Amino acid sequence: MTKPLLELKNVVLKVNRNTPEEITILDHLNLTINDGDFITVLGSNGAGKSTLFNAIGGDLNIDSGQILLNGRDISHESVERRTRFLARVFQDPKLGTAPRMTVAENLLLAERRGQHRRLVPRQLNKQLERYKELTTTMHDGLDQRLTTATGNLSGGQRQALSFLMATLKRPDILLLDEHTAALDPQTSQDLMHLTNERVQSERLTCLMITHHLEDALTYGNRLIVLHHGQVSYDVAGADKTALTTEKLYSFFAEIE
Amino acid sequence: MSLAVSAIGQGLLWAVLGVGLFLTFRILDFADMTVEGTFPLGAATAVAAISNGMNPLLATLLAFAIGAIAGLITGLLYTKGHIPILLAGILVMTACYSVNLRIMGRANVSLLGKATLFKNHFLASLPQYFDSVVLGVLVMVVITTIVIYFLQTEVGQGFIATGDNQTMARSLGINTDNMKIMGLMVSNGLIAFGGALVAQNNGYADVNMGIGIIVIALASIIIGEVAFGDLTLNQRLVAVTLGSILYRFVLLLVLKLGFSANDLNLISSIILAICMMLPVFKHVLNFKHILKRGLDTND
Repeated sequence: MTKPLLELKNVVLKVNRNTPEEITILDHLNLTINDGDFITVLGSNGAGKSTLFNAIGGDLNIDSGQILLNGRDISHESVERRTRFLARVFQDPKLGTAPRMTVAENLLLAERRGQHRRLVPRQLNKQLERYKELTTTMHDGLDQRLTTATGNLSGGQRQALSFLMATLKRPDILLLDEHTAALDPQTSQDLMHLTNERVQSERLTCLMITHHLEDALTYGNRLIVLHHGQVSYDVAGADKTALTTEKLYSFFAEIE
Repeated sequence: MSLAVSAIGQGLLWAVLGVGLFLTFRILDFADMTVEGTFPLGAATAVAAISNGMNPLLATLLAFAIGAIAGLITGLLYTKGHIPILLAGILVMTACYSVNLRIMGRANVSLLGKATLFKNHFLASLPQYFDSVVLGVLVMVVITTIVIYFLQTEVGQGFIATGDNQTMARSLGINTDNMKIMGLMVSNGLIAFGGALVAQNNGYADVNMGIGIIVIALASIIIGEVAFGDLTLNQRLVAVTLGSILYRFVLLLVLKLGFSANDLNLISSIILAICMMLPVFKHVLNFKHILKRGLDTND
């Protein structure tokens, strides 16, 4: 259970390299993510939360340090390669799904995440029954819209679909980048419950960025705070359970 | 009658271009200018190969391969060289002009007295213009079937996703660069293939025959879409061929009205512009509303 799954060692990431506007976003960041961790990530704007995800996902190259998956250095692997173990849900509902493809087609695409795609028929019809069952668990009418282009879905349905797609083929690590932030309060809460349920039942290792302190406290077994590109606070287990919003607020006041 | 048959035949032969451009313009969602160079490139390749004694069918397939190489170059400039697609296409298109002159040796090469795909026993025995109809149907059935099959494969779905949402495609492990390069290769291969067919049908290749090609190919796509409305992806591919034929009839009509063949590029552009603006007009003029009112007063 406490086996390290992903380790970030002294990770430095700069933007606008070699220009007067050079900024260090991740500054010798160290983080060890254990197998089965559900970590909520807090931090003010510009603290480096999204950059951390982009460094793990491979969208941004790190300047120095190491990213290790099960001890293997993946710092220089491409985005495509990292999708073998990594799945992501973005904040913007538009980013997670292909708008002109149907719900079922999107699910089928996600099922082969990180795998070789072959020149053989996709066999969508064989999967429809299973997709129907799967989408029924979302309780938002998605199961009635399997043949609808995702561009015609509501933001909530799209995000629910994105989440479903990210977990359809079990990822070793799931990155949720404020995936409920663009939704109305009720839809947001529904998706959050659903997220928690699935992460627990599938025993997923998950990092979730949120600006919602309540959510950060309620969900997950571990909470970290990013500040100036470093992990400035890291609390797990019983200590996290004992944490309150007041304590968090006073901590934020302290570091600012 | 023979004019109509001719229009259908021409429409079928030129439909190859529509399907080729559909892969980039509609699926990958960008305009690829390379096609203005690969169309005459295909024509030049086929004509030069046939003039040197190559079997016409092999020469036409060779044109596909050479066109695909041009597409590969555009794709590499775009994905690996980070040159904007419009400029990458224009660069290769411009370069093709010189290459085409090199291949043909001069600006215009005739196939007079040479074997072509249209000169086999069966096609030659048909009434006038029916040769291009028969060959065109055959070519379009084969190409459309292959493209539809491909788009339903796992790779094809990844190809569609690349054009639809690149961020999402990458996050699912689809190599979007490779998909774009592949799309540009197949697209330009088909356009060059179309160039080879048209050159053999016309009996010559001309270094300037690429001018306005992208407009003609777009016209078949857009006219097909405007004429047939809401369709599935597979149906839309078939509609391209029908759109191409419709476009030939429109040109026929324009010529009948007394315009000369020299006016065709101007007219093609106007037709395409009008078709592309139809959704705006519909909104502004509110066709449906006017129609409804017209019906109401009849009551």
